[in-house]
Amino acid sequence: MMSERPGVQLAVSAEPSPVYAFFQQTAAIAEIELKKLIRDPTEVLARAVQPVLWIVVFGNVFSRVRAIPTGNVSYLAFMTPGILAQSVLFVAIFYGIAVIWERDLGIVHKLLVSPALRSALVYGKAVSAGFRGAIQATIIYLVAFLLHIQIRWTPLSIAGVFVGAALGSAIFATLSFIVACLVKSRERFMGVGQLMTMPLFFASNAIYPISIMPHWLQVVAYLNPLTYLVDALRTLMIGPSQSTHGVGVDFAIIGLIFVILAAIATKLYPTLVR
Amino acid sequence: MSTSDTAVTNSAEATGLGGDAFAIETFDLTRRYGDLIAANQVTLHVPYGSIFGLLGPNGAGKTTTIKMLTTMLEPSEGTASVAGFDIVKAPARVRRSIGYVPQALSADGGLTGWENLNLSAKLYGIPRAERKLRIEDALQFMALTDFGRKLVKTYSGGMIRRLEIAQAMLHRPAVLFLDEPTIGLDPVARRNVWERLLELRRNFQMTVLITTHAMDEADELCDHLAIMHLGKVAAIGTPADLKTSVGPGATLDDVFVHFSGGIIQEEGNYRDVRATRRTVSRLG
Repeated sequence: MMSERPGVQLAVSAEPSPVYAFFQQTAAIAEIELKKLIRDPTEVLARAVQPVLWIVVFGNVFSRVRAIPTGNVSYLAFMTPGILAQSVLFVAIFYGIAVIWERDLGIVHKLLVSPALRSALVYGKAVSAGFRGAIQATIIYLVAFLLHIQIRWTPLSIAGVFVGAALGSAIFATLSFIVACLVKSRERFMGVGQLMTMPLFFASNAIYPISIMPHWLQVVAYLNPLTYLVDALRTLMIGPSQSTHGVGVDFAIIGLIFVILAAIATKLYPTLVR
Repeated sequence: MSTSDTAVTNSAEATGLGGDAFAIETFDLTRRYGDLIAANQVTLHVPYGSIFGLLGPNGAGKTTTIKMLTTMLEPSEGTASVAGFDIVKAPARVRRSIGYVPQALSADGGLTGWENLNLSAKLYGIPRAERKLRIEDALQFMALTDFGRKLVKTYSGGMIRRLEIAQAMLHRPAVLFLDEPTIGLDPVARRNVWERLLELRRNFQMTVLITTHAMDEADELCDHLAIMHLGKVAAIGTPADLKTSVGPGATLDDVFVHFSGGIIQEEGNYRDVRATRRTVSRLG
């Protein structure tokens, strides 16, 4: 019983090492997000429908048209990693809505008044977004298996695809987080979210190769993080013949983009409660 | 920022907690949003171990003041120290020394009470060995032991508030800030919250600062009151002193009318009203 321990007991915590604190707090945030995801998987399951439709309907029709040159690889196989990247993008890009929701409640205030490192709060959210990306990868593999799509099934390539999907999800969720910090209201966020999705998707190599794009669009595509994610996933799922940059370069670029976005989000997070 | 204030802060930091005579000390604390002055030269002295009330209608500057004191908002002018630490120069130390219960719902409905507390324990760096005991203690103290494993979205408004206070006191802060702690609660639940706060003060000499626009809450709970009006401190003193200063037989309502020239429900813009109603509907 508390009342049996009287006396002034002021602020407990001897300041822990920042590195330890960072990992502990990141894990704490990721853990609660994961718990909530497991308790209510409706959203994640609903979002699984879209990539399935893209592959089953769009993919099947377009493989018959044979309008898009994909070399000796079937169009269905060519687009499968693209659709994974797309579904990762679509799942993650509206992540900011949850942040605005937490701000309309008092959860963001509570977190920001705690001594937790702001960076840990951001990375924790990113890790939980990573889980969502990995779930999308699972669904895509399931579809590929059922439709007998010709992709690689080596453990290393599968592991690489999961890491890529998680990292991609972390990138777009953090981008979404930044937008949430800037617009601060749900209505505005929905508008901006819609505005970002389509250009990111179509100005990438997700469903057609960059080589068939007009020159100006190629330039845009090379500035688009999704392009590097697709390149990495396609190389891992189909083979090195598909690679424009090499998996190493792809991962280095998306990793760097994530670190930069996370730094910006860390800076902006406190402005949500001002 | 004057040099004498800096000197006070430095000496407080050198001696650690309790280095100052007051748990909260502000001098001319001001916050502007463009042309609007949300808090205007707020000067307060809150003694250790006291319960202090910021009283005023929506839009009077209470929440802005609390946001500055809890390091969410930087002041435009003026200085303040909380538990001996300067809010601008040592915000991280201030955060370690305080607990905060926002007006809006801050417990996560998708988690259990226990999980909410465990999150706070981790974010506040409470060592693993102590976490379980602290959480059990806090649940018992707030009469939530039987509900620790239940999802917070099944809780009543009063239980949610008690859980939020439990989260805020888990690390035994020197100063506890509560923004409208009993808004939207029924009379029994309100009284229950008051009793918990009084006991926190009794057991841990915790300093408590609340904002409220409820006169009965100010009267029963607070040792000292500051009446805020249009961003300024209009009057300050004990509830009894304030009443005496207005005249024999005066109530706090009379005090409020006297110092602000209006009635308490008058102010507040669309956003305040929306926020308040939302909180009430969520807690109700």
